Amino acid sequence: MNWERLQEKLNILADAAKYDVSCSSSGSNRINDNKGLGDSTGMGICHTYTEDGRCVSLLKILLTNHCIFDCLYCVSRKSNDIKRAAFTVEEVVELTINFYRRNYIEGLFLSSGIFKNSDYTMERLVRVAKKLREEHKFNGYIHLKTIPGASDELMREAGLYADRLSVNLELPTKSGLKLLAPDKDHKDMLKPMGAIHQDIIKYKDEKKLIKSTPIFAPAGQSSQMIIGATQERDLDIIKTSTHLYSKFNLKRVYFSGYVPVLEHKNLPVLGTPVPIVRENRLYQTDWLMRFYEFDPYEIVNEVHPNLDLDIDPKLSWALRNRNYFPIDINRADYHMILRIPGVGVKSAKKIIAARKFGSLNVEKLKKLGIAMNRAQHFITCNGHLLATDIDSLRLKNLILNAGSSKFKANFSPQLSLF
Amino acid sequence: MTFLIYDGSFEGLLTAIYEVYALKLVDVRIITEKEESSQLFSTEMMITTNDDKANKVAKKITNILGSTGFRSLWKAMLSELPGTADIILSVVKYAISTGKNVIKDYGHPAVLALQETLKKLGREQHRMTAFVRFELAQDGVFYATIEPDFDVLPLISNHFRKRYADQKWLIFDLKRNYGIFYDLQRVITVEVHQTLPDNSPSLMRLDWDETEKEFQNLWKNYFKATNIVSRKNTKLHLQHVPRRYWKYLIEKQ
Repeated sequence: MNWERLQEKLNILADAAKYDVSCSSSGSNRINDNKGLGDSTGMGICHTYTEDGRCVSLLKILLTNHCIFDCLYCVSRKSNDIKRAAFTVEEVVELTINFYRRNYIEGLFLSSGIFKNSDYTMERLVRVAKKLREEHKFNGYIHLKTIPGASDELMREAGLYADRLSVNLELPTKSGLKLLAPDKDHKDMLKPMGAIHQDIIKYKDEKKLIKSTPIFAPAGQSSQMIIGATQERDLDIIKTSTHLYSKFNLKRVYFSGYVPVLEHKNLPVLGTPVPIVRENRLYQTDWLMRFYEFDPYEIVNEVHPNLDLDIDPKLSWALRNRNYFPIDINRADYHMILRIPGVGVKSAKKIIAARKFGSLNVEKLKKLGIAMNRAQHFITCNGHLLATDIDSLRLKNLILNAGSSKFKANFSPQLSLF
Repeated sequence: MTFLIYDGSFEGLLTAIYEVYALKLVDVRIITEKEESSQLFSTEMMITTNDDKANKVAKKITNILGSTGFRSLWKAMLSELPGTADIILSVVKYAISTGKNVIKDYGHPAVLALQETLKKLGREQHRMTAFVRFELAQDGVFYATIEPDFDVLPLISNHFRKRYADQKWLIFDLKRNYGIFYDLQRVITVEVHQTLPDNSPSLMRLDWDETEKEFQNLWKNYFKATNIVSRKNTKLHLQHVPRRYWKYLIEKQ
């Protein structure tokens, strides 16, 4: 093997793939029942973390960064003057197997620039996955990015080898996509999402009847969109992600804060800080929708189209809806306990479990690990009203001054366009 | 105050708990020989581990806390944290006195303490499934050395057996001087008797496969290339990968 050349390719093609944020390796059910290599049944594992604090779970690479498209937000666009490289199918397989055997990774995340045409590219991605599964009895996690415009047959074949498929929506609004990626169309992305969704249902149903039916993308599909590259509102983003969740039953929608890579009149100027806080607030909103039983439009709506940067969306909602509070810790149902600022899913479950053995007082709540500096203003406990009776603006300041946000230094305006 | 001195094993602890009830001891602590017991007006009693007594206690506990509850007591012992035996005794006493499965009564101080120990243990267990780094030696075995905060090898053995069913591997705990070895059939516990002049076990100076260094370099490079410099966040990085684990992480060398 030419190690030096491989090293160089890996540098180029890992660097080009790193803006794809999905790193999840959970949710599959591929059991190692063939005495092969790997197992994807447990929860995902982050094997290490980059210096920017992101999890490294999968070997995330492009097959090639040659691309016939010219999307402005993308480092691999054809007009960009960068080093190009391409892996062979064998090279990707070797890297995956050898990294996996050393417990570096949970599996492979393979994406690609589009070379020649969509089918030609997709066919190679599928070949990597097939070789791993069939020749190496690999049961680790495989996430394949589908190539827009590839044929349905290839997409279906991809689903038979991959644990997860993803189609990136790229930008949250149609107008944004038109502005930055004139070669692409939202329809071209939604169509394959629909097809994958149908196939997942079809294979699942068949498996109920015929046990030998192969599994199809057992970890479902996900998508990602870049935020902060165009002038979309948080409401637009949440609307889009809500649509994807409900229409295609997506497992995850990822947000990727735009990293300025190009000087162009349609893009934020170079040096614009990556909107890390905004990205975090969007993820918190996503969590509230998926795990806290919130309706998305309780959090953002036409009256309140953008998320607060200085406080989290749950606290923000609570401050706008004081009529729901105070909540009785010992009586309220799980749904309402979840809405108390400072109480997470784990704490809420602990509260429900613990109060079966006797009522909870303030001391016990503190010991359970509830963030009382926030929670205290919204609860009653054993008849004691802890809630603070001041208006929401003053309460917000009180809470902000009491705690120290990890983002305090980042509260500079998130984005300056033009 | 009575100090029951036991051998540190889980069976030993169960035997001690048996004695607490047999002798109707009220003001009592369970400690190992290494732990400090010097207190004025205290009595000490040596506990000899006894399988019969241990089994009786195990059965009683399982009846009340279920097998999962019983297993969590065993797990907590792997933390090796001082005071864990006393916490377990308190939980068992509380369970027996109420006759209820109290394992989720987070409002009770001993139960909460037990749950917190389990949380720490779970975190370390998960970290070891993540941070183990195998190196391929010329004998075809994948070797890894670790120094976990707690004795988690018994907890990660199944994970690695399932995952690496087609390769021989050995994970060695340098702190506790034992390892687990998978021979393609089963996992066995091993000790290494041969040590090098500087007292480190001999498996740290194996002859590595000729491709080993190359793959390590590829991995290190990948780790660097996948980082986004403009998002640098050292605090978050350290929170996820505390410095004490760096020693065995190839990408952090």
